[in-house]
Amino acid sequence: MTLKALTYLTVGLSFALYIGIAIWSRAHSTRDFYIAGKGVSPIANGMATAADWMSAASFISMAGLIAFLGYDGSVYLMGWTGGYVLLALLLAPYLRKFGKFTVPEFIAERYYSKTARIVAVICLIFISFTYVAGQMRGVGIVFSRFLEVDVTVGLVIGMAVVFTYAVLGGMKGITYTQVAQYCVLIFAYTVPAIFIAIQITGNPIPQFAFGSEISGSGTALLEKLDDIVTSLGFHEYTSGTKARIDVFCITMALMVGTAGLPHVIVRFFTVPKVRDARVSAGWALLFIAILYTTAPAVGSMARYNLINTVQPGEIGTEDGNLVYEERPAWMETWEQTGLLEFDDLNGDGRVQYYDDANPDFAATAERYGWQGNELRVDRDIMVLANPEIAGLPNWVIALVAAGGIAAALSTAAGLLLVISAAVSHDLIKGIFLPGISVKRELVAGRFAAAFAILIAGYLGFDPAGWVAQVVAFAFGLAAASLFPVILLGIFFKRINKEGAIAGMLTGLLFTYGYIEFYKGLFLKWAGSPWGENVAENWFLGISPEGIGVIGMCLNFVVAIVVSHLTAPPPERIQHLVEHIRVPRHFEEGT
Amino acid sequence: MHRSNRLAYWRANLRLVAVCLLIWFVCSYGFGVLLVDELNRISVGGFKLGFWFAQQGSIYVFVALIFFYAWRMNRIDRQFDVHED
Repeated sequence: MTLKALTYLTVGLSFALYIGIAIWSRAHSTRDFYIAGKGVSPIANGMATAADWMSAASFISMAGLIAFLGYDGSVYLMGWTGGYVLLALLLAPYLRKFGKFTVPEFIAERYYSKTARIVAVICLIFISFTYVAGQMRGVGIVFSRFLEVDVTVGLVIGMAVVFTYAVLGGMKGITYTQVAQYCVLIFAYTVPAIFIAIQITGNPIPQFAFGSEISGSGTALLEKLDDIVTSLGFHEYTSGTKARIDVFCITMALMVGTAGLPHVIVRFFTVPKVRDARVSAGWALLFIAILYTTAPAVGSMARYNLINTVQPGEIGTEDGNLVYEERPAWMETWEQTGLLEFDDLNGDGRVQYYDDANPDFAATAERYGWQGNELRVDRDIMVLANPEIAGLPNWVIALVAAGGIAAALSTAAGLLLVISAAVSHDLIKGIFLPGISVKRELVAGRFAAAFAILIAGYLGFDPAGWVAQVVAFAFGLAAASLFPVILLGIFFKRINKEGAIAGMLTGLLFTYGYIEFYKGLFLKWAGSPWGENVAENWFLGISPEGIGVIGMCLNFVVAIVVSHLTAPPPERIQHLVEHIRVPRHFEEGT
Repeated sequence: MHRSNRLAYWRANLRLVAVCLLIWFVCSYGFGVLLVDELNRISVGGFKLGFWFAQQGSIYVFVALIFFYAWRMNRIDRQFDVHED
């Protein structure tokens, strides 16, 4: 069977599975729709959380990022896993005990304020839309490459599938679909990794393989990699280029941002007990860790394979590089997508791939007659092209396509659900129409989900190249706005409505302002970015990616100071806090 | 539940959280970021140790920490008789 037919078959079967599950487990009540009737086992919830969390970015982009960044890529590995520790220890069990449907609902009750609820809804909607647009773009990339359809057609198919199961099934449908999607995506991620690990080192476990020796050479892979990348003028793979404080802050912003993401938090509302919420976070992280510990191995092996492909001769010598006409077939296919480009600057018909921004290497390059780096590889293709680079069988490539789509769809569905819950439950029922019947709320929720899919689809076209810009903002925003007020709400009884609102707004505006100043978001028409985005200009040397940490600190300080200057929260709020701190207390009778 | 008991339960919880977060911080920000250059001088099984903590070790520690916390916290719940069912 051809690769194309095989890919259609694999992806088609996986879609049929997802829709089948959605019909079998569709939602009948608002409890089902928002929190899956609180009947999800901790392990199933862990798997669903893992699929929810691991997006197209995790599946498609992360290993590629690490391949090109080396040690500096560690911020994503630690940042996107360490947040679960915060979630499990500081938020999940208490929010589960609180036992309501949404994150803004907690903020509204704890801070006895509709204003706080609206601010929380705004944060939530912004964070979630940023994310969902990225997923839709991921679906587009995978479809256009593997199914050879237009990106637009790919997007529409993706939207239709998500629509079917998110709108029909609600949280219940999504949860069980995500369990299936996790199985597909983790299988698709680890199988090629194992094959490649065996090819390069003979060790089948990727986590150990990238510390092993390259078969028949007696040199460890990472040592060899450091050696070959530096001989092409690149920075050593196992050490970093970013300032220590920046690495620290980016990691922290990603961690805290993870713990503050509403679509992740809400997953812990679906388990039956407080005890389950605690252990479920552990299962979630275990399932996530399988991919996240494989990714750096994939990254290093992909970099090694890529360099060996473009440098068939001795690496770092004048004529060691590939003759363009002899390039392998996978390079040709990716050239057609525009994600891999070759530009023969010195007209010698060979592919020169080196760091032309490195002044120490310039003399060598000049001596060789190289006139600049000639190969541009989009980091997003590393995972998708990896099986082809390694010459793996077609069914593995088809599987990777299905896995990439599963990762994107599962995250998109989770995000669409929190958006729809924020609209139907927090805005419509919570603020505008408190008397709405359960049945009509459910209808409103389904309409909101459908509407959100349309907007997400539109953003997925990414008309202004906007998505990549705002991802850092989504994390910074979650870290600076939602996380601190939820945490304070549980651990400090004295924090009142005034403190929480002032804190959220301070964190939000500061973080937004800093990113707007250096990267430009909404005010491009007014001339932003106003500051040049270089390390010398940054506040304390912290990049816009890491600034959410400072926003978070400001949020904490402002919330505490303002709370102490104003009246303490009412008696019933003190009781509410005591109630959520203990697993079995007021549980009976509520 | 008595007020003093409730306070003791909460204090036991906070103590456990503090210990776990300390380990969390040391293994990621400590070994993986702040001390990475020093640890990179040590090589274990083909990995520089600092690099290994940043890309592998910290994640294993995170997983273990959550299960440890869940297990200890369940014990504390039972000890103070606030466990569910």
